[in-house]
Amino acid sequence: MVATKSIKFLVVFVLALTSFTAFAQEEVVENNLVDSPDEIREFIAHHLKDSHDFHLYTDNASGKHYGFPLPVIVWTSNGLKTFMSSEFHHDDNGEVVVDKDGTKIVKYHTKIYELDEGAAALSFDEAHHPTNASKVIDFSITKSVFGMILTGLLMLIGFSSLARGYKKGNTVPKGFSRVLEPLVIYVRDEIAKPNIGDKKYRKFMGFLLTVFFFIFILNILGLTPLGFNVTGQIAVTACLAIFTMVIYLFSGTKDFWAHTLWMPGVPIILRPILAVIELLGFVVIKPFSLLVRLFANITAGHFVVMSLMALMVSLKADFGPVASTGMSLILSLFIMFIELLVAFLQAFIFTMLSSLFIGMAVEEHDEHH
Amino acid sequence: MYNLIGAGIIVIGGGIGLGQIGGKAMESIARQPEAAGKIQTAMIIIGALLEGLAFGALILGK
Repeated sequence: MVATKSIKFLVVFVLALTSFTAFAQEEVVENNLVDSPDEIREFIAHHLKDSHDFHLYTDNASGKHYGFPLPVIVWTSNGLKTFMSSEFHHDDNGEVVVDKDGTKIVKYHTKIYELDEGAAALSFDEAHHPTNASKVIDFSITKSVFGMILTGLLMLIGFSSLARGYKKGNTVPKGFSRVLEPLVIYVRDEIAKPNIGDKKYRKFMGFLLTVFFFIFILNILGLTPLGFNVTGQIAVTACLAIFTMVIYLFSGTKDFWAHTLWMPGVPIILRPILAVIELLGFVVIKPFSLLVRLFANITAGHFVVMSLMALMVSLKADFGPVASTGMSLILSLFIMFIELLVAFLQAFIFTMLSSLFIGMAVEEHDEHH
Repeated sequence: MYNLIGAGIIVIGGGIGLGQIGGKAMESIARQPEAAGKIQTAMIIIGALLEGLAFGALILGK
């Protein structure tokens, strides 16, 4: 009974999610905001990037933007400056200059610049790089950072309630914990144990579970109409991959380093060459493939969904508004379901490969060559 | 220009490889349906490694 109820809820939730995203898209189309292929490209590129304010939609009739501002925290040559991003008035072309105690700050293509002494407006060279402004160190709570904090809070609430349940002595978790428990056990029994080994897996469970749920929730969040694209930011995935790298390098056993740096059982001449290859593999190639896989998969997924939604704009002239909208709705619904699968699969793959690499590093070799 | 062609070739190679992995995994599942779970996990891992290579080429080639 409960199972059918939750499945019903899930189906309704997914449908609501997809239709709402499409609806938000349609609104833009009706208002002729995005019409030509160039504008579509720009719209998609804008979505894939991080931004300094949380923009939900624009009412083109009144020209009002709906959303909420996020704090901008920058370290300029005059020290720390903080203000809300609403002071830029949704400007992204470096036209609005925010003056903070003599420090002139502008935003151009989602990057924040500090104007040089005496300059009143941003000027550009031929390649559209600002010439009279310098970059600042940006600690802003951007949309991605906001998404990560939100995910952290969700995880904190969900898992502390799960842990409280066990503390009380419940053998069967209640409520939302029922969803989390099988996933935790799945990560433990299917990912950590077979790859790291029964003896040592416990130490790494914290990291593996965190990374799994962090990526999973952020991927799912990226499919909601809120427009997050956190796991599609290369900085985020790079950071996650560096965590994995540091963990497996620092938990490497004597055997691991012996096998990496001075491989037993091969001719002496080959050993330095193998050492270079192995070191390169563990320090550069493995983390790089981890970070690129997640980044490219999520970016490509968002790109495909957005392009299919843009079909309703680009095919409107040929097929009429109803047919083109229906076509792109069906196609994007289909891709959305695949993206739900990808959201799980990428979290699984990242955790799986992390535990595989950790397993390589902590493995004890019994046989001696 | 050449980097795009190179990336294209690598992606074609990746496609062939993924096809091989998927096809062989299906064959082995058909032969031994009881080992389907293990074969699937191994298939996904190899697929992911290959995918990483192809995506790497795509990013570097662009």
